[in-house]
Amino acid sequence: MSVLLVLEESGGKIKRASWGALAAASKLGPAQEITAVVIGAETQTLAAEAAAKPVGKVVRVEHPLLATYTADGFSLALHQLLQNQNGTKCVLFPHTYQVRDYASALACKLGQVLIGDVIAIEDGPLFTRQLLQGRLTGTYRHSGDGPCFVSVQAGAFRPDSNPDSNIDSLESQGNAGNAPIELFTPTLDPAQIRTQPGAPFRESAQTVDLGSAQRIVSVGRGIKGAENLPLVEALASALGAELAASRPICDNGWLPMERQVGSSGQTVAPKLYLAVGISGAIQHLVGMKGSQCIVAINKDPDAPIFEVADYGIVGDLFEVVPALTEAVRAAKE
Amino acid sequence: MTAGGEDAASTAGPETGGTREPQNMKIVVAIKQVPDRDAPVRIAADAKWIEERELQWAMNEPDAYALEEALQLKEKHGGEVIVLSVGPERVGSTIREALAKGADRAIHIVCDDLGASTGGGFRNFDALGVARLLAAAVKPENPDLVLTGLQSEDLGLGQTGVILAELLGLPHATLILHVEKTDAGLKVKRELEEGWFQSIEMPLPAVLTMQSGGNKLRYATLMGIKRAKTKELRAVSAAELGTAAAPVATLEQISAPKKQKSTQILGGSAKESAAALVEKLKTEARVL
Repeated sequence: MSVLLVLEESGGKIKRASWGALAAASKLGPAQEITAVVIGAETQTLAAEAAAKPVGKVVRVEHPLLATYTADGFSLALHQLLQNQNGTKCVLFPHTYQVRDYASALACKLGQVLIGDVIAIEDGPLFTRQLLQGRLTGTYRHSGDGPCFVSVQAGAFRPDSNPDSNIDSLESQGNAGNAPIELFTPTLDPAQIRTQPGAPFRESAQTVDLGSAQRIVSVGRGIKGAENLPLVEALASALGAELAASRPICDNGWLPMERQVGSSGQTVAPKLYLAVGISGAIQHLVGMKGSQCIVAINKDPDAPIFEVADYGIVGDLFEVVPALTEAVRAAKE
Repeated sequence: MTAGGEDAASTAGPETGGTREPQNMKIVVAIKQVPDRDAPVRIAADAKWIEERELQWAMNEPDAYALEEALQLKEKHGGEVIVLSVGPERVGSTIREALAKGADRAIHIVCDDLGASTGGGFRNFDALGVARLLAAAVKPENPDLVLTGLQSEDLGLGQTGVILAELLGLPHATLILHVEKTDAGLKVKRELEEGWFQSIEMPLPAVLTMQSGGNKLRYATLMGIKRAKTKELRAVSAAELGTAAAPVATLEQISAPKKQKSTQILGGSAKESAAALVEKLKTEARVL
């Protein structure tokens, strides 16, 4: 099937999550039927990077008003491109914050919805995505004549050990290395861009680098209140581990934002990740599932955190954590 | 008559004579009722959605943050907060909760066939279908601002606000933590990935989808709960809004997630399981 793959840029290069979307695109059609799209004010370098991949062609959607991302600019430009590319059956994106901001507006212009954050594609095509914060999965089918809009979860379409391996093996096929590049210039008027985005900034200098920690004890909603944090602090100190948290803990101000692991916080891959009272919502899992050894302590045996855990204890953390702290201390003596 | 009425209304602002007159804001907050986070969920017999009988329900948390932002904006600038929700009769309890927290009035789009036989799951409406219902209800209100959560905790599509903006022809921004009213419109703080943020300036009216954590959520007071009972809650049927269209994306089947790893569950008492875990971490995983 004819697939339009919209690549995302970051720091002058194609963002890695985009190649996960390419791996997903290759499940829908051969390389020749995949059109990779780069978008911006100057897209020559990005287009060259994309043309080296197994795609049929590359389209540069270029306009001075696309220099900075805006939902209005990107959705209008891509809408014009889609009207120009007859026969597109599927439009694929990496499921990034940027895509979440505009892809469904674009889909809406064509009477479509986005099947977002997809983790698997099967024949049909059937698209699998997570429901109820990862507690269940659902398969979706697209109907009707219009193109099907799909965004792909980061990391879902590549082997964990070698992120680029399935792309490399694909590179021997199709037009890899010499895909033709076309230029598309949308008609945009400054008045159509209604938002004025500022430059990205960080809140404060990060003093905690969870990324380099060997061991992390991470705490979630199960801890119930800030007054119970000494329990996990004791465990972390017994293990010589950094203390981290899932989003709700930082939202409540119980721990500083810089200790947050997940899509909106830090991405970590320590030797040991011990999750205490964390259910394992998608946004958290993407930040820690690359850890070497994952331990989960949770009262709910169906919590999604157990899907990625190597070891699990189903029980009351208020009993298990002190016992564990004691056992760790004893083992060190 | 009408002209006179408008004049009277425009001069009857709540605050006059201040150094800088705050401008009233009419804010619509779209909220969703979702299964309570801690409620056990079971897959229904037809595997199309979860079993909804005896399920506990709660306000979608990002929507609670949207409501909180709306209430704070109203407290600062004056105006009105209207909550809007789609769903069967049970949704009324979540709407009452929003009214008890301080919303002024509510619109309930009553829609029983959102989920056909089991009464849930939004099966006959996709995100576009739901947003069309919301848009039809928002339009006649002519609000300055529409707020909603960035995504729902059940379906997690994260699209309703964005589509709503598109259908209403309004600018939007997503993943917003903080909203400030300016002379020209709004200045909002948007969350980016990996701990980055950006400011966005935009005109009003606009649609924003709120991220959690920007504010502290308030609880409903006893007085609030009492007052909520007297507030206007207007029910309108989905059919009345006349926006029916076949869904383009349908949820065919739900299932338990596939395990990505084989997890060793360590049983026994807290002490036994802790000892077993330490042993495994030392000798098997070799991470201690």
